[in-house]
Formats: sequence, C-alpha cells, structure tokens
Amino acid sequence: MTPIQIEPFKIYKTHNPKLELIKKIGLGIFFVGLFFLLVSLTGQKDVGGGLLLFLSFGLSIIGALIYCIPAFKESPAGIKNNRIFFNGFTSKGIIAFIAGIIITSFYVFLYWYPGLLVNWIRLVDPLSYTLRGVKADRWFLYGTFYTLAVLVMGTKMIIKYRHNTYQIVRTLSVMFFQLGFAYLIPALLIMFNKPEHYFSYFWPLKYQYLFPHDVTTLTANSGALGYFMVMWGAAMTFIAVPVLSYFFGKRWYCSWVCGCGGLAETAGDPFRHLSDKSLKAWKIERISIHSVLVFIVVTTALLWVNSATDGKVLGGLSQSFSSAYGFLIGAIFSGIVGVGFYPIMGSRVWCRFGCPLAAILGLFQRFKSKFRITTNGGQCISCGNCSTYCEMGIDVRAYAQRKQNIIRSSCVGCGICAAVCPRGVLRLENGPEKGRYNIVLDDILSKS
Amino acid sequence: MQNLVIIGNGISGVTTARHVRKLSNMNIAIISAETEYFFSRTALMYVYMGHMRFKEIKPYEDWFWSKNNINLVKATVNSIDTDNKSVILDDGTKISYDKLVVATGSQTNKFGWPGQDLPGVQGLYSWQDLELLEENSKNISHAVIVGGGLIGIEFAEMLHSRNIHVTFLVREEFYWDNILPKEDAKLISRHILEHGFDLQFGVQLKEIVAGDNGRVKAVKTDRDEIIECQLVGLTPGVHPNIDLVKKSKIETGRGILVNDFLETNIPDVYAAGDCVEFKEREQFRFEQLWYTGRMHGEALAQTICGKRTKYERGVWFNSAKFLDIEYQTYGFVAAAPRDGETSFWWEHKSGKKAVKFVYKSDDHSIIGMNTYGMRYRHKLFEKWIIEKRTVEFILEHLAQANFDPEFFEKHEDEIIEEFNKQNPGANLKLKSKRGLRNIFSKELV
Repeated sequence: MTPIQIEPFKIYKTHNPKLELIKKIGLGIFFVGLFFLLVSLTGQKDVGGGLLLFLSFGLSIIGALIYCIPAFKESPAGIKNNRIFFNGFTSKGIIAFIAGIIITSFYVFLYWYPGLLVNWIRLVDPLSYTLRGVKADRWFLYGTFYTLAVLVMGTKMIIKYRHNTYQIVRTLSVMFFQLGFAYLIPALLIMFNKPEHYFSYFWPLKYQYLFPHDVTTLTANSGALGYFMVMWGAAMTFIAVPVLSYFFGKRWYCSWVCGCGGLAETAGDPFRHLSDKSLKAWKIERISIHSVLVFIVVTTALLWVNSATDGKVLGGLSQSFSSAYGFLIGAIFSGIVGVGFYPIMGSRVWCRFGCPLAAILGLFQRFKSKFRITTNGGQCISCGNCSTYCEMGIDVRAYAQRKQNIIRSSCVGCGICAAVCPRGVLRLENGPEKGRYNIVLDDILSKS
Repeated sequence: MQNLVIIGNGISGVTTARHVRKLSNMNIAIISAETEYFFSRTALMYVYMGHMRFKEIKPYEDWFWSKNNINLVKATVNSIDTDNKSVILDDGTKISYDKLVVATGSQTNKFGWPGQDLPGVQGLYSWQDLELLEENSKNISHAVIVGGGLIGIEFAEMLHSRNIHVTFLVREEFYWDNILPKEDAKLISRHILEHGFDLQFGVQLKEIVAGDNGRVKAVKTDRDEIIECQLVGLTPGVHPNIDLVKKSKIETGRGILVNDFLETNIPDVYAAGDCVEFKEREQFRFEQLWYTGRMHGEALAQTICGKRTKYERGVWFNSAKFLDIEYQTYGFVAAAPRDGETSFWWEHKSGKKAVKFVYKSDDHSIIGMNTYGMRYRHKLFEKWIIEKRTVEFILEHLAQANFDPEFFEKHEDEIIEEFNKQNPGANLKLKSKRGLRNIFSKELV
C-alpha cells in the first residue's frame, strides 16, 4: 500500500522554542513593569510625570500582551487546559498563596491605609487629569487597575477561546461595560462637574444607590441628571432585573455587564476551576447568599424608616446597620474575599456566596425564566470537565449524566461548561418555559 | 435479604448497582482491584494532561456510596464458584452472592510483536496504566503510538501535551478508515497532521527493539525503517477481560457469552459492558463503548430486580473528539458504501467542519449521519432515523437540530446548497431556523 499524502493547511510544532522565548520575553517585560510599579511606590512623593507611568503601567501591559500572543501559533484553536492542575499558580501552589496575599494586602491598604498607596495615586495623576480634569484619588487608582485587568486579561480570554463566538462576544461585552460604564463615563461626569455615577451598577449590589442619602443628595443637588440617575437605578433594579432575567436568565447581567463578573470572567478565568463543587458548599452558598440579601433589604428599609421619621423612631440603629453592611459585606466580603482569594477559592466567591443582586437574579432564573442549559440526549461520558470548569461550583455533570437540563439559581451563563464539553452535550438556551426542566421532544417534532 | 455482588466498578457495574438501588433494598457490593471509587474511564486522558485530577473525574462524591448503601470492596477476585454461589478474593475471603454481575471490562490487544512486553511499552486502559505512563514518560522526547483508533489519538494527544513528539503508526490508508468513510478519515487525518504529529499511513509494526538498559529504544516497521523512541503506546483495540471467568463454569467465547437479557449460561449470573459477547447475534457481538456499558447496566438492573428486561441497543450513536474536532455519529455509516446506499458529504472550507449523510438509494430514507466540528441534537436525529425520514426532509429541517452554542456561524444553508449542486433537480430550501424566535414563542421552534 502506498501512503497517500495529505496536505494540511498549516502545521504546528509539538514544541516551539521560539514561541517559548517570546513568552519569556513578555513575562520579563511584565516583571520589569511591576518592578517600576514597586519602585514608584517607595519613591519620592512628587514622582508623577509620564515616564514612570509608562515604565510601570505601560511595560506591564505590553509585557502581558506579548505573553498572550504566541497562543495563536502554539496550536490550533480549541480547548487548551493543559497543565492547569500542574501549574502552582493555577493549582494553589505557593505562588498562588503569594499572589492571594498581595491582592488581599492591596485591598487592605486601599480601604484602611490609603496613605501607603499615595505614590501610586500620584503616578496616575496625568491619566486622571486627562480623563477627569482633576487629580487622582485612591478610587481612580483602583478603577484604573481594575479596568486594565479586565482589558488585558479579556484579550487573553478572547485569544484562548478564539474558536468560540459566544465567548468572544461575551468577553467583548464585559470589556465594553467596564471600560465605558464603569470607567470612562464616571470620569467624564467628574470632568463636567457632575456626580460620579456608575450606570452599570444598581441596588442591591451598589446598595447606596437606593439609600435615602444618595437619593436625596442626587435629586436635591443635580437637577434633571440627578433624577435620571436615581430613576435609572430604580428602573434597573425593579424593571430590568425581572424582565431581562425572564428572557435571558441572570447571565444578561452577571457574565455580560457586571464589573465584578467582568473581572471574574477575565482576570479570574485562570482560577475558575478552584470553586468548590461539593454538595456541602452548595448548602453553605444558599444560606450565605440569601442572608446577605436579607441583611441589605433590612438595612435599606431601616434607613428609609429612619429617614421618613427624621431619626425619631430608630435613633442610630439604621446607621449602625448601614456601617456594618458597608464594612462586612462591601469591603471585606466583596473586596478582600471576593478578589483577594481568587487564586485560592476561585473567581466567583463573592458572586456565589455573597452578592445580593445575584441572589435576586438567581431567584428569577430559578423560578421564572426561559433560560436553561440543555443536555443533549445520552451523549454525556461523565468526564467532569463541565463541573471542573464551572466557576460557580455547580456540579454540572450530575445533571448531564442523568440527561437532565441544568437550572440553577447560581448559574451565571458564562457558557464555559458547554465550551469544554468534549462531546457537545451542553447548550445554553432561552426557550419556552414549557418543558424547561427537560425538553419535550414532541414540541420540537410537532413543528417539523 | 438478597446479596448482589458486582465484579468491576466501571460504568456498567456502577450503573447496574445504582439502578438496582433505585428498585430494591438488596445488599449490594461492588468489588474492584483498580480503584476504590468509580471514575470516568473516558476522562483518564485529562488527568495526564492536567485538565483535571483524579478527584475531578469521580462522577460521585465519596459519601454517595455509603448514603446509598452500596458497599465498595477494593480487592482482587481470585475465582468464582458458581456451584456454591460465591466469589473468592485473593486473600481467601469468601463472599457469597444470590446474584452475580461480571463487569470486568476489557484489555489492550497485543498481537505477539517481538518486544511487546519490554519496559516502556504499554497500553492505556486502566488507572494503573496511567500511573505507569507517568513513570514511562518521564524526561522522554519521542514516543511511537501503534494503532489508529480512538485510544490511539487520545494517547497521542496526551503525550503531545507534555511536549513529547509523537510518531503515530496507522496500518490503514488514513486514520481510522476501517470505521470512517474515506472523506471523513481524510479530514481527521489532516487535522492530526496539522497538530504536528508524525502520522504515518499504511505502516505496520514489526518489532520493538530494546536498548542496553533493557528498555525500549526503537521500533522497526514493516518497511524495515527504524524509529528511535523511548516509549511505545500500543492501541490496536481491546478485547474482553475474561481471564477470571475462564476458570469458572461460566461459558465464554471471545467474551462472556450472554443472551439479549445479559444472562450467562449459569442462573443468577449476569455479565455487562465491554466483557460480554452477545451469543445470539450475527453481527455487533461486542459493544465496547461507554454508552452501551451504561445501557447494559440500566437494562440489567431491571432483570435483577425481577422485571426481566431485554437489552435493546436502540438507534446506534457514538461520539468522540479528535484533538479539536468533535465527532458524533448516529445510525449506521459504513466505512465503504454498501449496495443500495448513497452518501452525501459537505465539508466547510476550513476543513474542520463536515457532515456525512448515508441514505437508501431508492426511497432516500436515512441510514446514518456523521457530524464533525458541529453539534446536533441527539434526540432529533434519533427520531428522524426511527421515522425513516428522507435525506431531503432532514436537510430542510437540519437547522432545528443544530446544537452549537449561540452566535456560532450556521452552515445549514451551505449544506443544502451543496446538496442541490450535487443532485441536479433537487431544489431544497431550509425550512426554519433557530434563533430569537425561541425566546418569544411558547414552544420551541
């Protein structure tokens, strides 16, 4: 038998030292950038200026991007989760703990010791003057870090999932909302001397937006724009949440719009498999997330009662509730645990165990929605990729191997379970409520 | 209370146990020498590649078994004494049964090649094989895989993920073309080459050569070519693992002989999964797939619990993933066209997506479909095959069966266009598309 030659369109090498070198160079430049970032933290108070900004932020970004690019040439597009459980950074090695401590420390400094960050804040002054017309503060610094993380790691995400249009579109969406709605628009508002406002956040995630203080301040001081901001927030909470969740599930917000979700889906992607899949974790999740929801509802109600009665009935009680919520939930839970523990507990700890908005969206998704993940007949081989890579810790396989559709309040609809499934078993769908829990085949067939 | 003893904790044994538990409260013990807990054999490759660990490929948490009162026994069975209805473990322990299920799976084929038992030569089937592979693949740079089946391509992909260069020797003209039609096999072969594997067609293994250290050093092909390597993966298929049963009174052929009820010649002794041979069948006497193993278990549980149920294999289906290309098959697609059959092939310009439809030449009713790089609804394809729908009907309604994620490019229009081009006179039009309408309708369209 004479072998027949087949010409592939392109051939990738098993091992490509040139690409390894490019990645190392990228990583090197990234660390040089980080070095300058550290230097600037310890340096003179009047460092400022464009050069150091470029050397620190600029080199970090360029280095990170150079590191991502070779993925195109390493292998054909497809699911490539090789070595995730061997790499210490992505599998709770020492380096992961170090990264966790660094991020956690940053949050501690940011909330309680901003003086330690003052040189970084001065470093982004030029950027702040350009975008906002005023000098930087710690929240601008935080927003800049946050947005850069979403943009750079979003680019990496898009390269990784370049064969998957759903992932590309979804990632572009979170990058767009972070850059536009959570960074540039608030900056422009300040530039024009208006109150800083984030249109992509609303109560109860951004709980202050329906607190009496914010509502009265905005409507009293900012005229029509202030009224619009309050109405927009209320409309999102009370109209958009039920309506959009009914049609699309909670994913319309959690994995397409939300900034917390945006960071989890980009910078958090390398840690998504660290979420706990046990039944026990699910039990804790249900108690914890709904407790936070009750906490914020009670706090908001108390504040309004207090405001309506001019503090005569409740005295300082509502204010104590509000401060406690801000400290325990706003700072410690959503910030320190939510992001600082990425390398240890996965990228969605806050979204899964704490976010009260996710709790509300989840209730709609669970009980009144068209969204479901459909299981394709008997094709499941119980391999476990879906469960492993579910950032919300849902044991997707438990449903798929029983041929059941997956309807869980916590599912953010990121679609990674469907992407990593090697047998094409899962599909995110918006469909009729009838037969949602399991597709009624006759319904499809009656149309054919 | 009755004792059910199951030998083997693979998908067949475990499915039998789970379904028996749903129907009955009899005592259940599953004996396995491989691992204490059930794992997904199809996922072994992902452990080696670092996508998952052993923990992740266990489909049930460890508490599941005691909660459902299923006893797990990690031990090797030495013999089966059907006269006294007991199995004897290798430490001499005797476990008596009222009903026995043998689900011992299969073993890697070896064809008597010189050097096939050398250190560094191995198959890939069990957890122990994976542990051995970790040892055998340490610090090596080149491996040879012999045999181009589904395990072969997985084995190659695994080694590739560790930067080990793979030479893949395939006896056939194209990869897996004893199962896949030519066009299909060519598409997959091209994809394997794209990944940088040294895929060689029409080559057979002649001999495995040892080095001075007694380990494998090279292979010699039937063209007397020498290929240096430090590891040889043997993947020329599997055969039933029946060494244990052969010593008993249970009747065997190449596998454990069973009827369509999965009953052996001995009352109260059953067999399921890879290890069985269906003695009443003319063809398809062996079923060595994950899915069939599961379905054997489901049917057998009914019989064990007193509702004697025939195992029906139903409309055939299978699926696999060749590196980045997903493959699904439904019905029957023969490697070479049979008399009275016509086939239709559409391939996307990327060379990574395709469909193959095989239908009867006279009435155009569908016989089988293969899909590559695109996902389709299992239940709908199955229904169309049962209803003997024509290829024209299926093509016109193909969009309804599309199961690709949202926003993926749809190709049903192109597929129909191609069919019309290949079949002058056919003037098919796509009837309905999926899309936003589903969000607003009461029923799925």
